[in-house]
Amino acid sequence: MVKYIVKRILYSILVLLLVSMIIYGLVRALPNDYIDNKLFPMLEQGTVSEEDILRMKELYGLADNSFLGIVKGYFGWLGNALKGDLGVSFKYSAPVSEVIGESMWVSFLIALIAYILVYLIAIPLGIKSAVNQYSALDYSITTFTMIGISLPSFFLATVLIKIFAVDLGWFPQQGLESAMSMATGIQRLLDQIYHCILPMITLVVLSIGGTMRYTRTNTLEVLNADYIRTARAKGLSEKSVIYKHVFRNTMIPLVTMMAGVLPSLFGGAMILEQVFALPGIGQKAYAALTVGDIPFIMGYEMFLAILAVIGTLFSDIAYVLVDPRIKLDR
Amino acid sequence: MEEERLIQPEQLGPENIIENDLPAESLADKVRIISPARLVMRRFFRSRLSVVGLVIIVALLLFSFVFPYFTGWGEKEIDYSPVTSYNYDEIKVTDSDGNIYIVYEVSEFVNKVNKFAKPFTYSDADHGSRIHILGTDENGRDIFTRLMYGGQKSITLSLFTVIIYNFLGIILGAFAGYVGKWADQLIMRIVDIINCIPSLPIMLILSAIFESWKIPQEMRIYYMMGVLTFINWTGTARLVRGQILFLREQEYMVAADALGMSAPRKIFKHLVPNIIPQLIVSFTLGLGSMILYEATLGYLGLGFPIEVASWGKMVNGATNPDILQNYAFVWVPAGICIILAVLGFNFVGDGLRDALDPKMKR
Repeated sequence: MVKYIVKRILYSILVLLLVSMIIYGLVRALPNDYIDNKLFPMLEQGTVSEEDILRMKELYGLADNSFLGIVKGYFGWLGNALKGDLGVSFKYSAPVSEVIGESMWVSFLIALIAYILVYLIAIPLGIKSAVNQYSALDYSITTFTMIGISLPSFFLATVLIKIFAVDLGWFPQQGLESAMSMATGIQRLLDQIYHCILPMITLVVLSIGGTMRYTRTNTLEVLNADYIRTARAKGLSEKSVIYKHVFRNTMIPLVTMMAGVLPSLFGGAMILEQVFALPGIGQKAYAALTVGDIPFIMGYEMFLAILAVIGTLFSDIAYVLVDPRIKLDR
Repeated sequence: MEEERLIQPEQLGPENIIENDLPAESLADKVRIISPARLVMRRFFRSRLSVVGLVIIVALLLFSFVFPYFTGWGEKEIDYSPVTSYNYDEIKVTDSDGNIYIVYEVSEFVNKVNKFAKPFTYSDADHGSRIHILGTDENGRDIFTRLMYGGQKSITLSLFTVIIYNFLGIILGAFAGYVGKWADQLIMRIVDIINCIPSLPIMLILSAIFESWKIPQEMRIYYMMGVLTFINWTGTARLVRGQILFLREQEYMVAADALGMSAPRKIFKHLVPNIIPQLIVSFTLGLGSMILYEATLGYLGLGFPIEVASWGKMVNGATNPDILQNYAFVWVPAGICIILAVLGFNFVGDGLRDALDPKMKR
């Protein structure tokens, strides 16, 4: 087991290295040179000289745009990144890791609560739908999940804003805090949660379909298994067949999936945060992307890639841990 | 599955079973033989959802490819009929005696463009002959017509992207699965790397790069769809590879080996036909997700130029607070079109999955 995990981790590191190379290459090909844009007015006024700009670029390893320069810049970035230093964001004028660390919690909390709701609703419905396959309930659940899967996030978010914020006025339209509010402590927290309700509903509706379908497919597979026939043949009540035998086996792939999803919750939802103007990591990254903030983009992309790698690792390990039938003899 | 024809007694309705049950008749006389293709068709059409999906897709295809020639409006045509609108301002005036008067100030605006025309209104441009079924947008263009042109582009682009990435995925996946060893290692490592790269930020970066390459705006969407092809082939490759690895161990492949069949014959006669059902399903579902992608690109402004119609961009109209508050007909229909298109392909894909699954006996 330990050998397997170590092997997986080493392999993940290799993948991450290659990913970072690709992303760095792409990011360096970005045209809108933020430093130039930002410092241009200062240059006009004479407060900053050409040399200062060059020195600043040198500092980030951005001065040389030839192939060798980019390679050198990459290794400079990599060396710093390994020491935990992702550089200073041009746009936010703060260390990248600090900006990511601050803004990811908003995204994480919204996503976490939304996912808990998703699992609480989707798993029972998915099992129910599979047990009563081809019933009216099954058809309506399937139709609903399909609609959920087919909804574009930006459209659903806009419709919810239109109905519940603009027309009915039940929820705030955008942002995380009421403007001009002086509330502190609990009240401020409640205000923030109040602002997060619409984004959470959007996330739940969008992701419930996939989980429900996954649960339904797995339950159907388990229901067709030989040991379920055996359980029925033993004369067990339908209740104990479903709740003891089917449910536990259905949970195997679900737990695997949950473990894989967990890290990605930190990554934020770019479009959703944009529509709701939530100051989460997705919105920060979108703003950075539009102005070509190289250190932040680089840091964010690597953050996402690491989350993806950890997610796969978690789900593989969970797979081995949860299912005793899996043996590792590789 | 291995047989050419399947005998499925449980598939038969009562009308197919011969009534006079004479002992002299053999079992083969009592059952009708159904070809696998007909079996699949039957299962497909039995599910109501897949029929609904098929109807949606056919309707959308007609809507986008046939109807635009009958609305009377062009995609980029602006309705230049002048529209007069009135604005009332309430002014309270207090005179020296303390009496309060309410004065209404009426201001008249003449708009050169018939913008935000309500649904089912006629244009004054040519004596009120042409109707705006869904009204006009902020630039005075007919929304109904633009929806159709948007659908044309969305469906065509998605179709091409799905065909290309599936082709790429099949070739690479089959190569990895069949050759194994170094080829498998190499291709699956590339798949792992691509799966790790976050797609949306990468597309934003690439769109900026394309801009700096001075690629004309109307071409940029094709480049973006190219990027999508590059990101999405991994799914098909994984599917095909896994399937081939599984099929290679089947008894009939061992038999094919023992018979000394050539590699192409094994691949095209025995492996490919067994993967086709899964590929059809992934193809249909892929169409739905590509339409969603295309709409997202349009929404983020990474798609076609402004005057070209696209569903995603029409929904993006709602980022304008005025439109969000007052003119739902500008952006809601486009969103409904996206949902219907994706839903249609998902229903059909799901129905096909059930219909093509040999384990399902219904």
